[in-house]
Amino acid sequence: MPTPATAGAAYVRRASGPILPPPLLSRGAIAWARANLFSSPLSSAITLALVAFGLWALPPLIAWATTRAVWSAPDGALCRAHQDGACWAFIAHKLDYLRYGSYPIAERWRVNAVEIVGAALIGWMLWPGVPRRGLGAVLFFVSFPIFAFALLHGVEGVGLPVVDTLLWGGVFVSLATALVGIVFSLPLGVLLALGRRSGLPIVRAMSVVFIEFVRGVPFITVLYMANNMLPLFLPPGWVPDRFIPPLVGTALFSAAYLAEEVRGGLQSLDKGQSEGAMALGLGYWRMTGLVVLPQALTRVIPGIVNIFIGLFKDTTLVAIVAMVDFLAAMDNAFKDTTWGGPTILPTGYFFAALFYFVFCYGMSRYSAAMERRRAVGRAG
Amino acid sequence: MRGVGPMAADEMNAIEFVDVHKWYGSFHVLRAINLTVARGERIVVCGPSGSGKSTLIRCVNRLEEHQRGTIRVDGVELTNDLRRIDEVRREVGMVFQQFNLFPHLTILENCTLAPIWVRKTPKREAEELAMKLLTRVKIPEQAHKYPGQLSGGQQQRVAIARALCMNPKIMLFDEPTSALDPEMVREVLDAMTALAQDGMTMVVVTHEMGFARKVADRVAFMDEGEIVEINAPAEFFGAPQHERTKLFLSQILR
Repeated sequence: MPTPATAGAAYVRRASGPILPPPLLSRGAIAWARANLFSSPLSSAITLALVAFGLWALPPLIAWATTRAVWSAPDGALCRAHQDGACWAFIAHKLDYLRYGSYPIAERWRVNAVEIVGAALIGWMLWPGVPRRGLGAVLFFVSFPIFAFALLHGVEGVGLPVVDTLLWGGVFVSLATALVGIVFSLPLGVLLALGRRSGLPIVRAMSVVFIEFVRGVPFITVLYMANNMLPLFLPPGWVPDRFIPPLVGTALFSAAYLAEEVRGGLQSLDKGQSEGAMALGLGYWRMTGLVVLPQALTRVIPGIVNIFIGLFKDTTLVAIVAMVDFLAAMDNAFKDTTWGGPTILPTGYFFAALFYFVFCYGMSRYSAAMERRRAVGRAG
Repeated sequence: MRGVGPMAADEMNAIEFVDVHKWYGSFHVLRAINLTVARGERIVVCGPSGSGKSTLIRCVNRLEEHQRGTIRVDGVELTNDLRRIDEVRREVGMVFQQFNLFPHLTILENCTLAPIWVRKTPKREAEELAMKLLTRVKIPEQAHKYPGQLSGGQQQRVAIARALCMNPKIMLFDEPTSALDPEMVREVLDAMTALAQDGMTMVVVTHEMGFARKVADRVAFMDEGEIVEINAPAEFFGAPQHERTKLFLSQILR
């Protein structure tokens, strides 16, 4: 019997009522569609209009990229004959150049080795549940950069001929720039964020000046400045490799943005967390490393990944200081007159867009998965 | 080090406040505080909100700085010397109103963090001690859960165990039951009472007058940044001397 509604009446429940499942109408695909796609006449109209637009726009694009495309050809003649489809033969023909640039063909295994080891270490470090992820992170952040540099650049006298960075190009230059940017900008950004909240006035002032200055300048300006001003800070006669300044510029630029993101995470943390740690006798660095940062950083994973995605796409700008990244390699490939034709540029840029999208979307999905994992771990 | 030289006389006392003043900006929050807590003594500090009682207790482990006077904890004078502050904090456990457990660590990890990183206790040993203390506050079965999965009363008992894992000489409690639902106050007070019976030196800021009556050696009443009256619980509740004490007691004891 339900609770009586009589005003002023006393009531004592004698037996517990049953625990019931929700009504069927609120579940299932049809109920979902009715609630989300056709909840009102306007909603229904918008749903139908968008479906119609998709049917109109997508099939031609898919046909252009697949059924009408030229998949293999010795040169551009076939592509010039089929102007209503993509020219994948061009990409296939230029794929090695797009991946390695002018890196000597006999030495390209070195690039492959670095890419494979790097991918394995990233997998080890980022995959939840893999044992000893900390060791993976140490290898990736400390050992891998040295290994990668030695292998890519070469070491005299151990059978690894030096490959001048003038010859580097293509995908691995883009990946290397992005990775160096990420590996150096994250620790630097964290230090800047801590510095900006420091109780030491000089540390704080220096952090603020650095962050505000680098953030207040366009990335291209930072690149030009790194290129032209870095030698001024080095001992006379010490000329950095032309590859170094853009990497420094990329890392510094991202670090300034990361610092502000991390600062947001630090500020969102309740003061009780640091007080709890201090009361236990943890000093500043242990409190920061064991209690504050683990919480602050996980809170701002979406923002950090956002900056990394931006960094990855911004690597295309290093071309202006004469580095041949993937997009620049694509532009170089367009200059091959045997492949001239109206479908070459659309195909090339479509492929480049796919390349960047795959990496950025991957980062985005990883970040989303981490957030879900974290939400599950906490709520219980 | 401690225990030698002219400081020896102070070794008798766990905590000494000598003419301590503190200001927040121009607001005089602690005024001429003189208070000595003997080893093994339990002191309950009460008073209206804003009276400075939390500030007082937070000065003991330097979460707040005092600007005038002397505070000695376990014979060590609190100054800006960071090493001395850490030395004091290792020996002084604190339980907060909002628990301040670390949500990204399990209960067991919360309890072993400081012993492992500050005391350099081997992990196995720290875990054994943590389990012993979690058993003492009656929640060993929660060791592998996260703080967010526990009730407020359970979290506060974890906080007590976490502080005890450092094997402190003094325990500070800053309104430990004020953030709890009423049905959970009892379990936390029971844990504190058991601790008092074991002889721990305790300074407790609380409004739980039943606890004060039963456990405290002395009760201190603070108002407007001053200690107005200190007395044994029987006299404090039975025959309060100061007008402000009488008024306060009449307001909270209905």
